[in-house]
Amino acid sequence: MTFPWLTILGLVPLVGGLLLFLPMREASKWLGMFFALLTLGFGIGVAVMYTGGADLSVQVPWIRPLGAYWALGLDGMGLAMVMLTVILTPIVLLVEWRSSGLAGRWSSQAFFALVLILEGLSVFVFTANDVLLFYLFFEATLIPMYFLIVGYGGPKAGRAALKFLLFSLAGGLIMLASVIGVFVVSASAGRPTYLLSELAAVPLGGDVGRWLMLGFLIAFIVKAPMVPVHTWLPDAAEQATPGSATLLVGVLDKIGTFGMIKFCIGLFPEASRWVAPAMVVLALVSIVWGALAAIGSKNMMRLVSYTSVSHFGFMVLGIYAFTTTSLSGSMFYMLNHGFSTAALFLAVGYLVSRRGTADIDAFGGIQKVAPVAAGMLMVAALSSLSLPGMATFPSEFMVMSGAFGRYPVIAGLSTLGMVLSAVYALRLYRRPMTGPVNQEAAAPFEGRDLNVVERFAMVPIIGALLLFGFYPQPAVKLVEPTAQAVMQRVQLADPAPAVEGVK
Amino acid sequence: MFLLETVQPMAATGSFLYAWLMIAAPLVVAGILLVGGRVTDAWGHLLATLAIWVSFAVAAVIFAEMWSRPVGERVVESHLYEWFSVGSWSFPVGLYVDPLSILFALLITGVGGLIHIYSIGYMAHDPRRRRFFAFLNLFVAAMLILVLADNYLVLFIGWEGVGLASYLLISFWQERPAAAAAGVKAFVMNRVGDIGMTLAIFSMLAMFGSVRFQTVTEGAAQLQPLWATMIGLFLLLGACGKSAQVPLQAWLLDAMEGPTPVSALIHAATMVTAGVYLVVRSHAIFEASPVAQLAVVIVGTVTLLAGAWIGCSKDDIKKVLAGSTMSQIGYMMLAAGIGPAGYAFAIFHLLTHGAFKANMFLGAGSVMHGMNDDVNMRHFGNLSKYMKVTFATFGIGYLAIIGFPFLSGYFSKDHIIEAAFHANAVAGVCALLGAGITAFYMTRLMLMTFFGEERWLAGVHPHESPKVMTIPLIILAVLSIVLGALMNSWIQGWLEPAVGNHPHEVSLIPTPIGWATLIVVALGVLVGWMVFGRRPVPAVAPSSSNPLTVTGRHDLFGDAINDVVAVAPTMGAARGLAHFDKHGLDGAVDATAFAFGGLSKQMRKLQNGYARSYALTMVLGFVGVAVLLILTHLA
Amino acid sequence: MNPENYLILAAILFAIAAVGVLVRRNALIAFMCVELMLNSCNLVLAAFAQMRGNLDGQVAAFFVMVVAAAEVVVGLAIVMMIYRTRRSTSVDDANLLKL
Repeated sequence: MTFPWLTILGLVPLVGGLLLFLPMREASKWLGMFFALLTLGFGIGVAVMYTGGADLSVQVPWIRPLGAYWALGLDGMGLAMVMLTVILTPIVLLVEWRSSGLAGRWSSQAFFALVLILEGLSVFVFTANDVLLFYLFFEATLIPMYFLIVGYGGPKAGRAALKFLLFSLAGGLIMLASVIGVFVVSASAGRPTYLLSELAAVPLGGDVGRWLMLGFLIAFIVKAPMVPVHTWLPDAAEQATPGSATLLVGVLDKIGTFGMIKFCIGLFPEASRWVAPAMVVLALVSIVWGALAAIGSKNMMRLVSYTSVSHFGFMVLGIYAFTTTSLSGSMFYMLNHGFSTAALFLAVGYLVSRRGTADIDAFGGIQKVAPVAAGMLMVAALSSLSLPGMATFPSEFMVMSGAFGRYPVIAGLSTLGMVLSAVYALRLYRRPMTGPVNQEAAAPFEGRDLNVVERFAMVPIIGALLLFGFYPQPAVKLVEPTAQAVMQRVQLADPAPAVEGVK
Repeated sequence: MFLLETVQPMAATGSFLYAWLMIAAPLVVAGILLVGGRVTDAWGHLLATLAIWVSFAVAAVIFAEMWSRPVGERVVESHLYEWFSVGSWSFPVGLYVDPLSILFALLITGVGGLIHIYSIGYMAHDPRRRRFFAFLNLFVAAMLILVLADNYLVLFIGWEGVGLASYLLISFWQERPAAAAAGVKAFVMNRVGDIGMTLAIFSMLAMFGSVRFQTVTEGAAQLQPLWATMIGLFLLLGACGKSAQVPLQAWLLDAMEGPTPVSALIHAATMVTAGVYLVVRSHAIFEASPVAQLAVVIVGTVTLLAGAWIGCSKDDIKKVLAGSTMSQIGYMMLAAGIGPAGYAFAIFHLLTHGAFKANMFLGAGSVMHGMNDDVNMRHFGNLSKYMKVTFATFGIGYLAIIGFPFLSGYFSKDHIIEAAFHANAVAGVCALLGAGITAFYMTRLMLMTFFGEERWLAGVHPHESPKVMTIPLIILAVLSIVLGALMNSWIQGWLEPAVGNHPHEVSLIPTPIGWATLIVVALGVLVGWMVFGRRPVPAVAPSSSNPLTVTGRHDLFGDAINDVVAVAPTMGAARGLAHFDKHGLDGAVDATAFAFGGLSKQMRKLQNGYARSYALTMVLGFVGVAVLLILTHLA
Repeated sequence: MNPENYLILAAILFAIAAVGVLVRRNALIAFMCVELMLNSCNLVLAAFAQMRGNLDGQVAAFFVMVVAAAEVVVGLAIVMMIYRTRRSTSVDDANLLKL
């Protein structure tokens, strides 16, 4: 039996988070950061082992009558998501170091504890190879996130958090029905099992497969979030702190697209092929809708969350276009979007924390007094509009160019998202940063440009965006095997070039 | 159809191995200046200027080596690294150094270097000078990526990079709302063009599975005509966005909000000509599709007239020059669309235009420098007396652009007009007409600025600019004189490895069309002098109901059209959707929640707190169950 | 004797007790009625044990007795506390059993 690295990787932050509920004083923050960094260390170790070819999967029987296992394992996409989680967590803790314990909020100790618990649960979500186990952690992540919004959010946090919880639970319940359905089908096929690898052999086609797939898909569509079930996201992001919003959009929402690839397509390849045309259209609607709504938003946090709706549309487009390129692009996008959206939320958060409001019209001419904050916001905005040189560009390009081979019209229309992204990203920069200095708005920034901690927190994010922008090959090669596996699962081949004999 | 004989690229050797240095030097310096912060304030501009000249030196060395090589070995492709590869597609980052791209590299770094020097003086008192130079360096690096790329995707990196640099520099004085708005407008309109670029790239991938220039060039002839046309039109859309061609022209005039050196470098000499480069580089695609070629000709012709029209009616000296830039790029587009006969002339005009237009823009900057940054020509007058060097250099630029015999514009523009007549009589007449209008509005500009009575605003004391600004002017003026004659009989042969061999007679003795051009130009100058040289120019623009004038003053209503076609619907949809999300979709969600809440409120009334009523409920329930059991038992 | 008579008696006792719980306001009386109900159940259990000839029912009756004793202790304590605070043992005065 090999050493259960993945179990440890998830348990470290979980245990750390629970420990933080013990009464302790100022040391709690340092302890929390220690655990986050320890997890990061383990994460890097796991990444090194995985790329070295080590088999890290764990498989222990859990509930025998149900055929459920404690089964964890990694593929390229899973590793990318795990790395995103373990990298973003310490950054979020660093950013919220001071702000989480403010008046009217719960203690910062509890914030650190909740973030760590969320991290641990997310790691298990991204590594679970068992449907029941995945479902369990999928729902469990809602608990810490709910409290993160309720305890630290704005004036309407309770309402927003409840909305988030209800949307997710509703999706989750539909998924639960499908999870039970999977059990029934597998039990009637011989032996009940929830193990992904064994379910691959279970016939889940036909009408039954389609219904079961839709159950999973609806939960993931809510999670991702796609139009028309996206309205919980702007509210939640508006009310949450920048750190929680980063985790919510950067990590938790990825479970949606992650689940589509790993579970919807992994379990039901035939049904997924059946639903693909509809999903592609829905993705296009999301792209345009999210971008337009972002342009129309007055609140910067809402604006950023709407951009994510648009970006998730791209990811879903890439998934259901079913080409190696677009699928790899989607998964790569999932990683990049985590960094890009973190950069946006944190940069906007810096502004909001000083000015006390996220209203885009309450700012003006801030660039003059806080050039570094302006620069950070600019970089974040550029990553959001997928400028070449930023990591988001190769991924968006892969999604669209891959999809073009199968759905030229849809992919062509999705380029509208490119134009609209320029409008909202530059609007996000232009309104607060340019123009004549608004004295009232600029006063809180006078002599209070980003401090060392705030700058330091942005360095790894921007570094990752630039690194993968100029040298995306390692990340692409990491997720490509997953894409190829999906292509094999759905039994489709990439469209061949129309003009033969040219090379 | 006539198939092109392009030269197979070979691996890099010798100085070609260091081509990447051209890009790296300004890029690294831009990074240093942006990250280094205030530490680099003192010497940042010098380092930036040095970086450009390093690039120029590398370009010059490579040019020399290319010159010394036999024609067949002049196209060099060097692979730098694998950007990414996925599935069967691979996207390497590579450089493609051929006679075409090296000319561009020389233009960009040469003119760029001069403009850097000029900017040292022009931006001397700006508190954000370091940032300005960082952005300029970023621009040069991106522009070099654009022209040196060996495939369309890397070209697109540079394409977007110059767009970014253009945005940053247009809105450099971002405390001015107009500048900030102009930057955004330029970027967004460029993005509209980028739809074309990306679609072209997607189509190429779908057709060829590769975006290498070489692959596309070789495979273009095998394309289905429909796809060839589509790719051609997509590329044209991209080119229109970047080169401010009709219908995506409206951003260029607003872009004049940027500092004048930026207008000279980006919006006259280099970036806006990228569209011409793209069309020439993709000549194989266009040759496979006569429809796309015709579209290029139409766009070029319309723009050359539209730009000239705007140039006639503006009082802002920079906007006149911007209109003129549009118009001249229209000439280049027209030439590029004509087909094999025109490529070399398009590039020829591009190079000479780069020299004389940069010269004039910098001259305009020098005038503004002396006039407290006023741009309204109605407030100028008689400046030839006070700014002798600026006047002399500007005058040379003027003569060059109107095509005064044996100056650079004379050669390059005449060839285009002549080629246009051979290809398409309508385009030819329009081009000829354009030459006359060019002469007219440039004469107007000269007269209003440098001659006539002094109409200065109070407190203005015109003075000649410092040497650091006038020396680049002098160099560019010299280039404006000699460049045409130097390259006239050489450029076609030189570009042969890049665009194929299409011999076309050029001579110094004017042909009948050449004579006609000269006459039309002379007429334009004469009319200009009649209107603006003989009478004093009013200091306030006279109101006019002449539809031509009104339309010209409103930039041909480009903004109004954009607003109706694109901006208003988009903003309306955006506001509508945001509203609908909040009140429509969310309203439905809230209504559901409200319904449940109301239901539970009613149900709660049963919970009255009296123990005996609970007991009664229990008894009733018990009885009910019992009755049910008995009934089922009986049944 | 016919064992069914026991059952009838138990049913009558139960019904009397149920009516008592419903109509009497005094908490102590209500309590006693509840006890009566429990005891009627015990009677049924004992009768069934007799009828079936095994001890299961009687064992169950013992359990009921134990639970009833425990319940009386807790219940009386509650009644005591309510009486102390409200000076009344009427069940209608304590209507706090709601949200």
